[in-house]
Amino acid sequence: MRNRLAFGAIALTTGLMLSACGSDSAPAESAAPQPSSATTTSTEAPAANGASLTIWTDAERQQAIQSQADAFEEATGATVTVVQKNFEDLRNDFITQVPTGEGPDITIGAHDWLGALVTAGVVDTIDLGGTESAFQQVALEAMTYDGQLYALPYAMETVALIQNVDLVGEEAPATWDDMIASGLEAGAERPFVINTGGTTGDGYTMYGFQTSFGAPVFVQDDSGSYTTEVGMAGEEGQAFAKWLHDNGAQGTGYLSTTIDYDINNELFSTGKAAYTVQGPWAIPSYEGINVAVNPIPSAGGQPSAPFVGVQGFYLSSQSDNALLANDFIVNFLGTEDGQRALYEADPRLPAMSAIAEEVSSDPIVAGFLASSENGVPMPSIPEMGAVWDFWNAAEAQIIDGADPASTWTTMNENLAAELG
Amino acid sequence: MADNSAGSHARSWNGSIGGFVVKLLLMAVINAVGIMAILSAYFANSWVILAALVVLLLAANYIYFARRALPLKYLYPGLVFLFVFQVFTMGYTAYVAFTNYGTGHAGSMQQAVDAALIQGERPVEGAGTYPLAVVRQGDQIGFAINDGGEVKVGTEDQPMAVIEGAEVTEDGPPTAVPDWEIVPRAELYQDQAFADQVLGLRVSMSEDADDGSVRTREGTRGTPYRSSLTWDEGSQTLTNTDTGVVYSATDRGNFAGDDGSILPTGWYVNVGFDNFSRAFTDGAMAKPLLQVTLWTFAFAILSVLISFGVGLGFAILFNDERIRGRKIIRTLLILPYAFPAFMSALLWRGMLNPEFGVINEWFFGGAGIGWLTSEWLARAAALFVNVWLSYPYWFLVCTGALQSLPGDVLEAATLDGAGRFQRFKSVVLPLLLVSTAPLAISSFAFSFNNFTIIYMLTEGGPFFPGNANRLGATDLLISAIYKISGVSGGVADYGLASALSIIVFIVIGAISAVAFRQTRKLEEF
Repeated sequence: MRNRLAFGAIALTTGLMLSACGSDSAPAESAAPQPSSATTTSTEAPAANGASLTIWTDAERQQAIQSQADAFEEATGATVTVVQKNFEDLRNDFITQVPTGEGPDITIGAHDWLGALVTAGVVDTIDLGGTESAFQQVALEAMTYDGQLYALPYAMETVALIQNVDLVGEEAPATWDDMIASGLEAGAERPFVINTGGTTGDGYTMYGFQTSFGAPVFVQDDSGSYTTEVGMAGEEGQAFAKWLHDNGAQGTGYLSTTIDYDINNELFSTGKAAYTVQGPWAIPSYEGINVAVNPIPSAGGQPSAPFVGVQGFYLSSQSDNALLANDFIVNFLGTEDGQRALYEADPRLPAMSAIAEEVSSDPIVAGFLASSENGVPMPSIPEMGAVWDFWNAAEAQIIDGADPASTWTTMNENLAAELG
Repeated sequence: MADNSAGSHARSWNGSIGGFVVKLLLMAVINAVGIMAILSAYFANSWVILAALVVLLLAANYIYFARRALPLKYLYPGLVFLFVFQVFTMGYTAYVAFTNYGTGHAGSMQQAVDAALIQGERPVEGAGTYPLAVVRQGDQIGFAINDGGEVKVGTEDQPMAVIEGAEVTEDGPPTAVPDWEIVPRAELYQDQAFADQVLGLRVSMSEDADDGSVRTREGTRGTPYRSSLTWDEGSQTLTNTDTGVVYSATDRGNFAGDDGSILPTGWYVNVGFDNFSRAFTDGAMAKPLLQVTLWTFAFAILSVLISFGVGLGFAILFNDERIRGRKIIRTLLILPYAFPAFMSALLWRGMLNPEFGVINEWFFGGAGIGWLTSEWLARAAALFVNVWLSYPYWFLVCTGALQSLPGDVLEAATLDGAGRFQRFKSVVLPLLLVSTAPLAISSFAFSFNNFTIIYMLTEGGPFFPGNANRLGATDLLISAIYKISGVSGGVADYGLASALSIIVFIVIGAISAVAFRQTRKLEEF
């Protein structure tokens, strides 16, 4: 739809470039090797022997996927075009372009897009054909929507407790109170910092503490998938809200909406904070600090279960070459070799257990893996955007000193109304 | 274009040959590009674009080869760009505004049916996966599976049955089946139509439908699936065979069951003026949108007035020849204008941080004022930052205008006994407004749509309580539209966002038209 417009512009520019290259009489052939503008797919670039695949990826994973694609081309004789896009654009472009027939056969993506992709009708289910047990349970759960598996998981990410070893040693504090005590004892300017997204609020980073009160965002059914029943409306949720307030601007001040992502990392990397909660992506900014990574301590008595995000490969529901695409996903990307190549090109926590074991000799990776083992997948229902908005805003307000009980109750009422 | 030959219009060999050759070459290029684009549109089945391209190309050839269309020769390139980049975009936005295009309504009805069938077909629990080979007997294709060492073969009409005398490795697919030819994998890779046939094939495990039907995704493994939905082309309904619920298409682009349930995937349909009326009548939407609209007007008007005032003030001050180092001061004053706006907004966001920001630290003794957390302070901060960013523009414009004021008029005013203030009010300001008023209107339109500064400084916050789209006190209409469109994540509603864009366009267009008419009066002084 929206893409017709883009197509027109692309057709124009492609045409321009073509004629600039001379009077080439085989337009479709030369249109293919321009990945940046190549939103056009197989209709435009028929391969010599008929079969072709288009895969969308971001820059970081392009190399790894390209090498798998080369192996696949060699094995099958098919043509694979790897198109590089901004990761932020993938979700919406996939939703808008698959229905027009301009979408790819396969895209890389995050699991929390799944609800939107399923509602848009742009993803096909996949069948790992008995190899499911090779993957971490939480990764499979994340890629499952309404009981069906929709993507091949390959990498995970989660937050964990990161501590400054020189200040507080390597040992993991078991509870929030232990952690604060040890941080105070170490004499750091702040015992603990956590990113609240500035005034925006950050329910994601805070979720480990929230679950330790036994207040999950949604109630999970027996199979582990989320229902749309809000799970934080009860007493447990209220206890968490009170805890936020008690440690916010009106209380101890350990939580503060003046801390955004950059300030958080600045405070920790200059040794002004003893503990923080962050993901593996923040580790490079802690250069020079001797860090240890541990599971998040419990603030409410129960184990902390942070959110786990999973990345994987989605198959388009309108793929012209579904058989080939499935073959590539399951028999190439889904094998141990394929997953290892992806890890080596761009190290993220592996979703395949065997690879995870191989790489957990690194204590930092092992720490995040340990944290992810307690973790739960981020919910992926399409309404999640609105849920985040209400949830983050309420947490930020409570930390700023708003009345915890009424703010939390209003948020839950809003959520219930929004989710119908 | 390229028509520099004297006298002739370069359409014949008479007169200057060079001009004609250049024109011929250029037209050849344009025609090549045009035909190329038309072919692309044809292969992509984009008929509207194809028709538009054909018309444009024919028009180009007519205009540049005909004698009669001289003015169009100059206007045509501009008109094409106007059409492609303005009219088409606006027309398309208008089209989307009358649909419910967005999350859950992204494709066609047929695609929604496909999606429903995909979502309704599930693996049979505990059935496992079998090594599989695709087999063929003449035109008929079937699956041969290895069921624990036994080879079973079935087709679309024939359920799986054990075949004696087949060869099979322990955990692999059957390698030879009597009476059946095993299709080599290479054929699956190369023959797309055949691959589609294989993908569409379902072979029942047994006479009992509950055992499911084997399907394969990649040609080497088969898993029994059961489908709970069936599509009836004739009545345009989906039926759930387990519960008996019949889903029929609604005029809102959904499949609704007779028990009131709705299937997740819908398609986009025309909804008339629904999006427009929803912006004003939907209780949850109307109130925040009204607040946003009022603030947008306040922000745009105040931004223009204050930054004009500040810029003019500085311009008058530094127009005085008695001030030393005017050039250096002028250069320093326009610095904010030289920074990229989004960088400045981010910097200010950091400086306004209650705990770590320099504003509180330096000027308020570390008072911890929440500049961006209180509704009115945040609005004041947004306005302040915007003025800081835009006054250098007015400073430049006013300095230029002041220096070009006719000296004799000022002299005459002085001779007539006008004082400093009188001179400014009656002579300088009116003359200044003649040249700056049109700029003020464009500046108003720019501030009205100043997405960058709001998004970088406050993200629209502090947010209104209980609002699903996270609209906030400093949101402008344009950032509200961005949030509602769901581009940044969450539930997308392109229809509503497009409708709001059109309303904004009409508002700005109307204000600009009225204001331009008013400024014409200034010139009558």
